Amino acid sequence: MKISTVSRQKQKKLYVREKAVILCILTGLFLLAVIFAQELCPYDPYAQDYSMVLSPPSPAHPFGTDRYGRDMLSRVIAGARTSVFSALFLAAATSAAGTAAGMICGYFGGRIDGAVMGIADLCVAFPSLVFALAIAALLNGGMENAVLALSLVSWPKYARLARSRTLTLKQADFIQAARVAGGSSLQILTRHILPNLLGRMLVTASLDVGTMMMELAGLSFLGLGASPPSAEWGSMMSGGRSMLQTYPWTVITPGIGIFVSVALFNLLGDALRDWLTFQGEEIGG
Amino acid sequence: MWVMHKKRFSGFRKYVFRHLLRLLFLLAGITFLSFVMMGLAGSDVVLQQMEGRGTVLSQELIDQARAELGLDRPMILQYLSWLGNLCRGDLGTSYVSGQGVFSVFVSKLPATLLLTGVSMALTMVISVPLGILAAVKKNRFVDQLIRVCSFVGSSLPNFFLALLFLYVFSIRLNMFPVISREKNLESVMLPALTLAGAMSSRYISQVRAAVLDEFGKEYITGIMARGVPFRRILWNSVFRGALPSLIALFSLSFGSLLGGTAIVESIFMWDGVGKLAVDAMKMRDYPVIQAYVLWMAVIYTGVNLVADLVSGILDPRIRLGGTADED
Repeated sequence: MKISTVSRQKQKKLYVREKAVILCILTGLFLLAVIFAQELCPYDPYAQDYSMVLSPPSPAHPFGTDRYGRDMLSRVIAGARTSVFSALFLAAATSAAGTAAGMICGYFGGRIDGAVMGIADLCVAFPSLVFALAIAALLNGGMENAVLALSLVSWPKYARLARSRTLTLKQADFIQAARVAGGSSLQILTRHILPNLLGRMLVTASLDVGTMMMELAGLSFLGLGASPPSAEWGSMMSGGRSMLQTYPWTVITPGIGIFVSVALFNLLGDALRDWLTFQGEEIGG
Repeated sequence: MWVMHKKRFSGFRKYVFRHLLRLLFLLAGITFLSFVMMGLAGSDVVLQQMEGRGTVLSQELIDQARAELGLDRPMILQYLSWLGNLCRGDLGTSYVSGQGVFSVFVSKLPATLLLTGVSMALTMVISVPLGILAAVKKNRFVDQLIRVCSFVGSSLPNFFLALLFLYVFSIRLNMFPVISREKNLESVMLPALTLAGAMSSRYISQVRAAVLDEFGKEYITGIMARGVPFRRILWNSVFRGALPSLIALFSLSFGSLLGGTAIVESIFMWDGVGKLAVDAMKMRDYPVIQAYVLWMAVIYTGVNLVADLVSGILDPRIRLGGTADED
């Protein structure tokens, strides 16, 4: 960076911005497609057709059919709805809760800080998936409980990030000025500290959506998330697992669904991070 | 670390002591937490077991079964007796098989350790050289190729990767057994490759970033200007400088590896602790789940402790200044 000239820097900035904008548009289109998944399905994802059981991919059924003769393409499209919305909800909820907790801890310090961060330490003392697995198992599975389990293990990351940023920001002159000017703590937190955190939290959250999707699918795969009749990628793959040898498309096509959407959100997160870095904010791990 | 900012450390001994204290606090918290979770779930265990056997449910029967499992006592007493038993190596008996949890657990441990060890070794062998190569050839074709591969790998969930590997290597190419009956190097290869594949793709970019970060420092520019051979700079300065962050990375990955084995073990029918836990989760066999949670917590916190200590030895700034980067 030190060597490159100003114009190259500018070029790179334009490129980074372009990339971020394109990926935002792509993600928007993808979300639109997910919202209208029902209309996009060529067949009813739940309609069973026993004359077409386990037929290989063909022009009529590009992804083949499963053991009940349901069209796999329609099921993969319908599955996007469950996975994508649960993951988005998870990312939004945990980042919001974690940010709030971290800001409060960083700003007020003292006993609240010790207690909340102690709990956060406890929650990340396990590898997250193990903890989520155990919680989901104890709560008797189900998609809602899988989401709950994953949110319990995901918030500390945001809390730590928000806390350390708040600690730094608290020392800044403009915060001192706001305090001298008579701003209440709530005002300072929401009007001055939060806007300075937001970009970074958003980027971290968008980078997390893909991981969340994979972990949700993993829980469903183990039978601790969505239950079989509903179209969800993880449970579809788990259903097709025993037929891998003879009917591989029942496993591979939902996997492609996961891969494409996770890759899209990962690309978006990377692009947003690069963009934000160029906006003059340093981003840590 | 949230405790670090309060006080500066005066020496290495104090540093170690602080970390041990934190470990104890965490373990106490974890055992209690997992106990409470089990207590909350405990009531329907009885119902479930009885329904499973097709017994007609009367309140009397339920109470009797609860008393047998010790579920009728206050929770704090249950916790203390559980903790006491734990110290004697008694983790209770499985609801499903009726065997002692501890002995079952210990008998499955070697398989998991073998799998973890082999995948860890594979991960390092794959990700460190590729990460360094990508950093050295920054923005060239090799770098782009490595980055695309690692991006694809990190967007694949490990159970999908496991099934793909099974399909390609076992079913199509017939190179490895589909289900491993014995535990030898051949049967461990496929599950270990799955785990290593998923981990390496995540770590290649981090190794690359750590090495590039070190390359960007001014002292490296200084050595380069003095004309020191590139190879020597790479290994003596850059690699050494990046080592603490690499160690932190891999020790953390040890934890996620132990967690990740659960799904992969159950796909490959690898008879280890992870599969035991997944089976227990399906059967709601709480003592086994609890033992698994405890085991994971001990290993994970232990590994983190060792990692902290090692990075404290390697990087005096961390143990003396206490100003380790927060994120």
